[in-house]
Amino acid sequence: MSEPRTLFEKIWDSHVVAATPDGTSTLYVDRHLVHEVTSPQAFESLRLAGRKVRRPDATLAVADHNVPTTNRAAGIADPESRIQVETLATNTREFGITYFSMDDVRQGIVHIVGPEQGMTQPGMTIVCGDSHTSTHGAFGALAFGIGTSEVEHVLATQTLVQRRPKTMRVSVEGKVPDGVTAKDIVLAIIGKIGTAGGTGYVIEYAGRAIREQSMEGRMTICNMSIEAGARAGVIAPDEKTIAYLRGRPMAPQAKDFDAAAAFWRTLPSDTDAVFDREVTINAGEIAPQVTWGTSPDEVVAITGKVPDPAKENDPQRRAKMQRALKYMGLTAGTAMTDIAISRVFIGSCTNARIEDLRAAAGVVKGRKVAASVQAMVVPGSGLVKLQAEKEGLADVFRAAGFEWREPGCSMCLAMNADRLEPGERCASTSNRNFEGRQGRGGRTHLVSPEMAAAAAVTGKLADVRALAPVGR
Amino acid sequence: MDKFNKLTSIAAPLEMINVDTDMIIPKQFLKTIKRTGLGKHLFHEMRYKADGKDNFDFVLNRMPYRNAKILLAGANFGCGSSREHAAWALHDFGIRCIIAPSFGDIFFSNCQKNGMLPIKMGELDVQFFMQTATKGGEFTIDLEKQRVNLPNGAPIPFQYDEFAKHCLLNGLDDIGLTLEKAADIDTFEAAQKKTQPWLYSAKGAA
Repeated sequence: MSEPRTLFEKIWDSHVVAATPDGTSTLYVDRHLVHEVTSPQAFESLRLAGRKVRRPDATLAVADHNVPTTNRAAGIADPESRIQVETLATNTREFGITYFSMDDVRQGIVHIVGPEQGMTQPGMTIVCGDSHTSTHGAFGALAFGIGTSEVEHVLATQTLVQRRPKTMRVSVEGKVPDGVTAKDIVLAIIGKIGTAGGTGYVIEYAGRAIREQSMEGRMTICNMSIEAGARAGVIAPDEKTIAYLRGRPMAPQAKDFDAAAAFWRTLPSDTDAVFDREVTINAGEIAPQVTWGTSPDEVVAITGKVPDPAKENDPQRRAKMQRALKYMGLTAGTAMTDIAISRVFIGSCTNARIEDLRAAAGVVKGRKVAASVQAMVVPGSGLVKLQAEKEGLADVFRAAGFEWREPGCSMCLAMNADRLEPGERCASTSNRNFEGRQGRGGRTHLVSPEMAAAAAVTGKLADVRALAPVGR
Repeated sequence: MDKFNKLTSIAAPLEMINVDTDMIIPKQFLKTIKRTGLGKHLFHEMRYKADGKDNFDFVLNRMPYRNAKILLAGANFGCGSSREHAAWALHDFGIRCIIAPSFGDIFFSNCQKNGMLPIKMGELDVQFFMQTATKGGEFTIDLEKQRVNLPNGAPIPFQYDEFAKHCLLNGLDDIGLTLEKAADIDTFEAAQKKTQPWLYSAKGAA
């Protein structure tokens, strides 16, 4: 009998093209996603070296970081952004790669588009020049972010030279309490293991609380693996995964689908598989989470308080906390629910799928955005936007006073026109609360879509579970 | 790619943990379609005041550290986004070697692809280097021998991945190396096409 293996090990082993005795492997890449920010230099180098794209049929490109979320008809105002997007269009045409342009309804954030099209499938290796490629691990694929040099390497060879990472299993046991979402689970995990806790590892998320998540929730969790330092996160594919993929345009069709599904069912980690590190979290103890600082592990329950750096023994950590509090304009000991916000962003590859919008709309319905707050919803893709409009969610948001925008990365990283002004404080469903991430001097509090909605209607960070019911 | 063998330079101590790639090169500078010219934007928000003038509290704005080719940093340096612009900006500024207790994985590999040497060393070693660096004096990094020589001459050994070392010492283009394995890739694809034909008949692709 062969050794029991983890899901990750099964995928890794089946993609090794060549291995060297020192432990590096040439790994085959099944699917490559490309966006406008991290690819132009790669295409340019290919051109200079006279190299071709080995598998244009396994590559999909979409512009997301720079695209405007209002008045698309006017094109892109910023000339540098426009050139970058036009360069992607030109490069994909020249190298024969499928490209979803800004006026294509399938355009959106690359990590929302891939799964939505059925391009993301269990057992695959998937890469993209973007650290949130970990999202695709929700399907039981080994998916990770790469730099531009590696993008070029994949374009030219359809492989990457990699050292095998270690394995970590994070088991979230028990049932998740009401009002607690996938976002809260992953923030709680990052809070527990730290932003470098997963460095060098591939994390497999397991346990009842993970199994019970929808595909959208699983994507939210895997998405933020990189915020724990892990290049990839994976979740065992199951019948939910298979049902999600059936009928999607880029998924296997007809008989192929059944053959693929049979293969996918063999992928989950074997019962006796051994992980290099095990972490267990009790789902019942997780409350809605909110970050207070400038690193995703600087996070507390919404019922908590801004922590006190004086109580931190490690001098480097203490200095980091002090810097974070100064940047965030917060005082130790302040109750999180006493912090007023002026902006709300619902969007990003973490939380801009249809289920996220449904959840946020559920909180918003019958309420109004507080007068002191500017709130916006940026759907993850044109198809998510269309679906939300069909379901009446867009009307709910608009009626409450939210701006309803066009799809893209938007204010998750503020490369387009959507950004915070210095000192503005935002409840955001995105993934990074780094200094300046949403605009120079901007202050980000990471939360779930439900919590962002609750902040929008109350004007402060709020416990969504404590909102008074909407009267009729 | 430039070769990396030996480097002698003063070292700039950046005593911060979790320096993310957004700090190293903020998003407004990612709109370029070139690799060059990013050095002036390196650590933009910490290096310049709101009015655009130099912030002399920041280590790389002070002499002699403006000319440092070695950067000493706290744990988890380069965490966050995959932007290779972070490595390009450091390179364009003149940095060739970064020593920290730990790094963001993607950043670490991005440095190596650009002929730069990121070195993981123990927390205490890095702290000691930082103290030494505040007194000035040149460090010598010897990749071949895997040693950091301090200004007083004391050599401290470090571990390094054999393959990465080989590529850096010889300035190898790893795409060229992989293309030498084209036959292996062909064989892999032929086998995969038999067992998982659906991977080769994706609808919607070109």
